[in-house]
Amino acid sequence: MAIVKVKRPKLYWYEHLYLPAILKGLIITLKHAIASLRGKAQGGKELASSGLGVTMQYPEQKWDAQLPEYYRGVPALVTDEQKRERCVSCQLCEFICPPKAITIMPGEIQSEDPWAKVEKAPQKFDIDMIRCIYCGMCEEVCPEQAIFLRQDYAMTGVSRLEMVNDKDRLYEIGGIREGLVNKWNELK
Amino acid sequence: MDFFFIIASAVKIFGFTFLVVLPLVAYSTYAERRVSAVLQDRVGPNRVGIPATLFGFKKDLKLFGLIQPLADGVKGLLKEDFTPAHVRKSFYWMAPAFTAAPAFVSLCVIPFGSAVTIFGYEIKMVIADIGVGPLFIFAIASLSVYGITLAGWASNSKYPFFGGVRSCAQMISYEIALGLSVIPVLLFFGKLNLSDIVTYQAANGWLLLPLWNENGTLIHEAYWQTSLQQWLLLLPMGISFFVFTTSIFAETNRMPFDLPECETELVGGYHTEYSSMKFALFFMGEYAAMIVGSALIVTIFLGGWSLGFGLDSALLQTSEGDWKWYAGLIHMGAFLAKTVAFIIFFIWVRWTVPRFRYDQLMKLGWVVFFELALFNIFLAALIIAAPHIGLLNTFLFGIPALVITALLMFFITKANEVRRKAKIT
Repeated sequence: MAIVKVKRPKLYWYEHLYLPAILKGLIITLKHAIASLRGKAQGGKELASSGLGVTMQYPEQKWDAQLPEYYRGVPALVTDEQKRERCVSCQLCEFICPPKAITIMPGEIQSEDPWAKVEKAPQKFDIDMIRCIYCGMCEEVCPEQAIFLRQDYAMTGVSRLEMVNDKDRLYEIGGIREGLVNKWNELK
Repeated sequence: MDFFFIIASAVKIFGFTFLVVLPLVAYSTYAERRVSAVLQDRVGPNRVGIPATLFGFKKDLKLFGLIQPLADGVKGLLKEDFTPAHVRKSFYWMAPAFTAAPAFVSLCVIPFGSAVTIFGYEIKMVIADIGVGPLFIFAIASLSVYGITLAGWASNSKYPFFGGVRSCAQMISYEIALGLSVIPVLLFFGKLNLSDIVTYQAANGWLLLPLWNENGTLIHEAYWQTSLQQWLLLLPMGISFFVFTTSIFAETNRMPFDLPECETELVGGYHTEYSSMKFALFFMGEYAAMIVGSALIVTIFLGGWSLGFGLDSALLQTSEGDWKWYAGLIHMGAFLAKTVAFIIFFIWVRWTVPRFRYDQLMKLGWVVFFELALFNIFLAALIIAAPHIGLLNTFLFGIPALVITALLMFFITKANEVRRKAKIT
């Protein structure tokens, strides 16, 4: 890279006074203030602002409609359209989870169950949302397409226990997900 | 009489300090945050209100976040007041008080309204009606540099020390410009009593707005025959106002000159080692200094409590020249409105102008403002003296002398520049 010597621009005498520049700055900020107070701040409309500036007032207004598809929110377990719980408790997500938020107690599927050939299903499945960092590795590693990061982000609770999502809660959040690969179905 | 005087003074001190200035300090922090937010397309604190849900009501009252300063105060009091082990304790404890107290003390000479007559006694709306007003303010306000310097030194830690030293140097430098810039004003008035200065301005036009005098306003012919000097004085007074206002910015450590506080260079500044209410006291001192500064500028240059435009004599005076009974209240309102407007101007400038480098700050103070203020004194003196020495003498001696002074100032400044350049190479 050649060295480029940048010359300082030569200032006129009135630029040396700095006052015109300061005045210009004051006018710019004043323009912003007036636009902001009139609810016409630059970019306010695109950002769905509350009317003062470009800021959204969070609990009253939410960004949900604009959330991207790839948004990583609360992880949850899903069932498929055949009402089968997809998790086979292979524990890959438990092992990959960087903050060790997932705890799985594997269980057996009884032989009279129509899905007995899957053999395993989780007996207990806890995700500690205090530990979860929303990295999405559990979703990535899952061979069964059983765990997904949802668009929910407002996980709150008043105790540590409340912040642990157990199996029932995870299925409730996840719900039924259609269009997954049903590798345990009979081949026709 | 004496007893009445003491009671009246106590009421004035209590009312002005605790009911006007302290809330004003609290709410100028709120205004700072809201105004800066609006200037930058944000919202600012708008949540803290009356928590009515705690008392069984359905909804909280938000009140545009007006309770925010109260919440800040409660936070300051409830936080742990931590004194590090390595500080010099006595000075460390004294420093916050040293910063906050002078600002409040210097408020006592500022006239905040015209005289009110109660039970036959005339009460001047100023706590201490002394004949050395501005000098008193300079003397007391510059004491606050002790607070900051002591805070920096007593913290016994290198970055607060830098902050304290910077602040010390900055305040001393700008004290000179501050003092010199106000001399033309005092030359013109010939007295230092701020109440008298304001009374004069109410009758004869504000220094920066000479649109009326005792002979009438713009529509009267007599005004035009007597207003030439007023208009000529606008130039030196404008320079005075500019230098004075900028120096007040520097004195109060406000934004374009807030060198003593800096996160990136000084890990905070002179108050790095302070926490909770001691830190809040520094904050309060700073804002109180800003309020005193605004009040002083309004008093000297913008007619203090007067309504202006000849409205004072037209609306609020009886035919004998006494103030009507409600004049005092209106004047207090006018003074408060002007001061608040000026505080908002302070905030506006803070959130517009980027800060100076330290050498630029020193150059501005010593090379530009010092010379400008000095030249300004000669200019104002010539304009004031012109009617006394006659037109011929003015043109023959006065103006050449002024030009020589100006050239001298200019060449001293230039010579300084050249020598410095030579040293560098």
